This record gives sequence, structure tokens and C-alpha cells, in this order.
Amino acid sequence: MKENISRTMSSAALIVGFFLIWEVLCIAFGISDVILPKPSQIFLVMWERWPALLPHAVQTLYTTMVGFAWGVVLGVAIGVLIGSFRLAYDTAYPLLIGFNSIPKVAVVPIFVLWFGSGTVPAILTSITISMFPIVVNVATGLATTEPELEDVLKALKATKFDILWNVGLPRTAPYFFASLKVAITLSFVGTVISETVASNRGIGNMMMTASSSFNVPLVFSGLFILAGMGIALHMLFSFIERRLTHWAHRKSEFATV
Amino acid sequence: MAKQNGVPENCGRELIQLEAAGLVYGRAPFLVEALSPTSLRIGQGDFIALVGPSGCGKSTILKLVSGLLRPTSGYVFVAGREGGAQEVRIGMAFQNPTLLPWLTVRQNVMLPLKIVPPFRADWRRKKKTEFRDRADALLSKVGLTGFGDHYPWQLSGGMQQRASLCRALIHDPTLLLLDEPFGALDQFTREELWETLQSLWLERKPTVILVTHDLRESAYLANRIIVMSARPGRVLDDQAVPFARPRTIDMTYEPSFVALTHRLRGLIVAAKSRNEAELEAAA
Repeated sequence: MKENISRTMSSAALIVGFFLIWEVLCIAFGISDVILPKPSQIFLVMWERWPALLPHAVQTLYTTMVGFAWGVVLGVAIGVLIGSFRLAYDTAYPLLIGFNSIPKVAVVPIFVLWFGSGTVPAILTSITISMFPIVVNVATGLATTEPELEDVLKALKATKFDILWNVGLPRTAPYFFASLKVAITLSFVGTVISETVASNRGIGNMMMTASSSFNVPLVFSGLFILAGMGIALHMLFSFIERRLTHWAHRKSEFATV
Repeated sequence: MAKQNGVPENCGRELIQLEAAGLVYGRAPFLVEALSPTSLRIGQGDFIALVGPSGCGKSTILKLVSGLLRPTSGYVFVAGREGGAQEVRIGMAFQNPTLLPWLTVRQNVMLPLKIVPPFRADWRRKKKTEFRDRADALLSKVGLTGFGDHYPWQLSGGMQQRASLCRALIHDPTLLLLDEPFGALDQFTREELWETLQSLWLERKPTVILVTHDLRESAYLANRIIVMSARPGRVLDDQAVPFARPRTIDMTYEPSFVALTHRLRGLIVAAKSRNEAELEAAA
């Protein structure tokens, strides 16, 4: 326990140290605000402009969460399909890899063409970008389920659904949660890409507007807000992961006891 | 006997009937014959031990009977039906405990009740009352009182194997299939579990097929010992075990018992050397 606290303290000190060095270097080399603003300045701008920033942050968060939620639903559905059926695996896998190789910036104009600018293309971009790691992880988890564990249920004449529900999905849960942590941050990326291209709200749009008027500290405060939201959600899912898949994380349990 | 010849006559008198059932793995030219056509009848309530060297198709027979595998030739009837009848409840314990790591020991033991009818229909209603008590009662019978809330990895190998045995028994199976369940245990734990298994069998009288390579184990537990030869497996001998029940571990050191296991050993060794000679001649 004591060791745990000192670990947290030292990592916090290092993070604060990182910002301090940034601050000191900016002052020492006299770097202009337009190139790289000082952290103190960024936080100050964030504080002063908070009432104006908040609606943008809420918009981005909302879009991201909706996109992420759909990404999870579709990702799990497709992942289960691919992981359970040979034919689905053979057809969908190359398609998915091909689709994932397309830069999502290139897709945004198509979404805008179909649905107009604003929230809808941002949600769609967020879905398409966050879905992939979930699909791959769920499919991998299912495909690598030990046949011995499935035999336990097969010998009881269980249905295919029984086996999926009682063995396949729980076995896949650690893979699934690992992919959620990647997916939530990717989901932010998708939203912001779309907002910068085609929206008049959201952090992405705010950053575009600020950079066109050379308000670089404001651009950076947008980045910081994104980073902060990303960290918060990542931590939330880590917490849920630890609660639900503790059986797969025995090693870390031993390390902290 | 080819499939298209139709179903052989007088099937279904016995609980389990293998009619020239064989299994071939892989594709030509890399065929592996796991079990050469074997015929076998096992009556209701009998306790059969299948013994023989490793790779003789003992486990294949279990998998055929349980329906995990289908024969590539011949027939396997369970309760008069190919592929097994729904009303025959099967309990199976494997060589490894194969407990699901995300469930507690009690949840693992209760798993068949969640899957197998008629318990399945009552699962939601009884999982916290009757079924739970049932699992705890069985766990205490194998000496795992108080371990219900532990996770499998918190138990030793022997304890996991006991839990796995409970899982095979919880739904009162009419057919119990045991695939070397005690193979990985030390001798004292193994003998303890023999006694437990014998008393459970005397109590409920399910039909049991026990696969083992331990001749003492087979003679202590079974009513009938079927000796198999290696690669491809075929039945060498079918031996009734005359000793009265309940048997004790001490009985396994009596001359008549030792004579029986010694004779079986001789059969297996002779078959093995014959096999090797054949292989050499072929090469």
C-alpha cells in the first residue's frame, strides 16, 4: 500500500516536471507564443475563455460518446460474427483491413455529401475509426478460445448460443476491454477530424478558427481539453475493466498486494 | 459395415452400443486412424474401465459416445439413437480440470444446471437457493467445503480436479464419462478420489466409462475392464472384475487383485511388442 502511494507520487511529480521543463525552455530560448505557447499561458487561456470553450467541449464529448457507443455495438456484433463463422472471417476480414487503411480524413467529405455538415458526419467518422480495434480484438478473443473449454459445454449438448454466451464472450472480455481503451481515444480523433473539416461547433472547429487568427494558445488549450477528456475516459474504462475481468489480471493483483 | 447399409438390427437394447465404429483423422495421404472399427456394448448402470497404452483410442471412444466427435465409419448408439438422445444426461470430466477461470468454483460446478434440461428451466428461480445448496453439498462430499467462492486458480491441481468431478455429477447424469480424471494427481490424492467416486457411484448408479492407463485404478473402480491395443486401437480383452463392493484400497494389494492387474499388464505389453514387430517388418 505504502509502495503504491509513493509510486503515484513519483509519477505525478514527473508529469509536473515535464510541464515545468517546457515552461523553462520556452522562457530560456525566448520562444514566441505563435510557435509554442508556455503551459502557464495555455492554462490561463483555458481559464479565461472557459465559458466560450465549454459548449465546444460538450459538443465534442457528446459526439464522441455517441460515436463510441455505436462503434462498440457494431464492433462487438461484427467481431462476434467474424470470430464465430469461417465464411464471415474470410470475407469480412480483408474488407475491414482495406477499409481501415483508408485515411478517415478522406471519408469525411463523403459523409458531408450524404448527411450535410455538423454532428452526423462527426459521429459517423468516430464510429468508423473506433470500430476496427474492437472488431479485431473480439474476433481474436473468440477465435483463440480453448476448444477444451468449449468441449465442456458441448458434452452437455449446449446450443451454439449457450457456448458463445457462457464461454466465448466471457473469455473474450479481457480482449474487448483492452480494445475499448484504444477505441475511446480513437473515437476522439474521429470526431475532431470531422469537426475541423465540416462543422461550426466542437473543439476541432474551435481550433481551426483559433489557428486562422493565429491564436496559438487557444489552439493548444483545445488540445489540452481533448487530452484531458481522453485520459478521463481511458481511466474510466480501465476501472471498469479491472472490476469485470479481474480473473485475467492476477499478475497485477499479486504485484500490489 | 458401410453407412448406406442402414441401421443394424437390435440396436437400443443396451445404453451404449458401438457397431464397428471407427475414426480416421485428416485427409489423404495423411490419414491417421485413431480408432479402428470397434464394436462394444455397455449396459445401463455398468462401470466400465477402458485401459491401454496412450494413443490407443480410449479417449476417442469417449468423444464418440459423448457426441463431441462423429464416427467416420460404423455407428455409435446412445439409448438407441445415433448421436445420443437428449434424455440421456451426460456428465464429463476431462484430463485437465477445464474449469472456467472467470467463474468461482461454485459457479463452475453449477454450470450444467444452467445448460441441461430440465434444470435449465428453473435456473433463474433456483440458482441462489436450491441449486446453490446442491453444489455446496456435492463440494463438501469431495472435501471442498468452504471453497465455493474461490476462483479456480486459487486451488491446487487436485482440488481443481475434485471440483471438475463435482461439475460432472451435479446434474445427476445417467452417463458419466471420465477421461483420465486422476492422471495428473499424486497417488494419495488419487486413491482418496477413487473412494469418493466409488461411494458416489454406489449411491446413484450412473453408467460410467472411465478411461485410464492405471490398471490398479481400473480394477478398483470398474465392473468390467476393456483392454485396448495401440495404433490403431482395437479391443484386446474384455474382463469382468469379480471383487465385492464397497472395495477398499487395501484390497488392491491382495493376491487375487494383483494377479488380475498383472494379467492385464501382460496383455498390454505383449500387444505392444507385437505392434512394434509389425512396424519393423513394415519398415
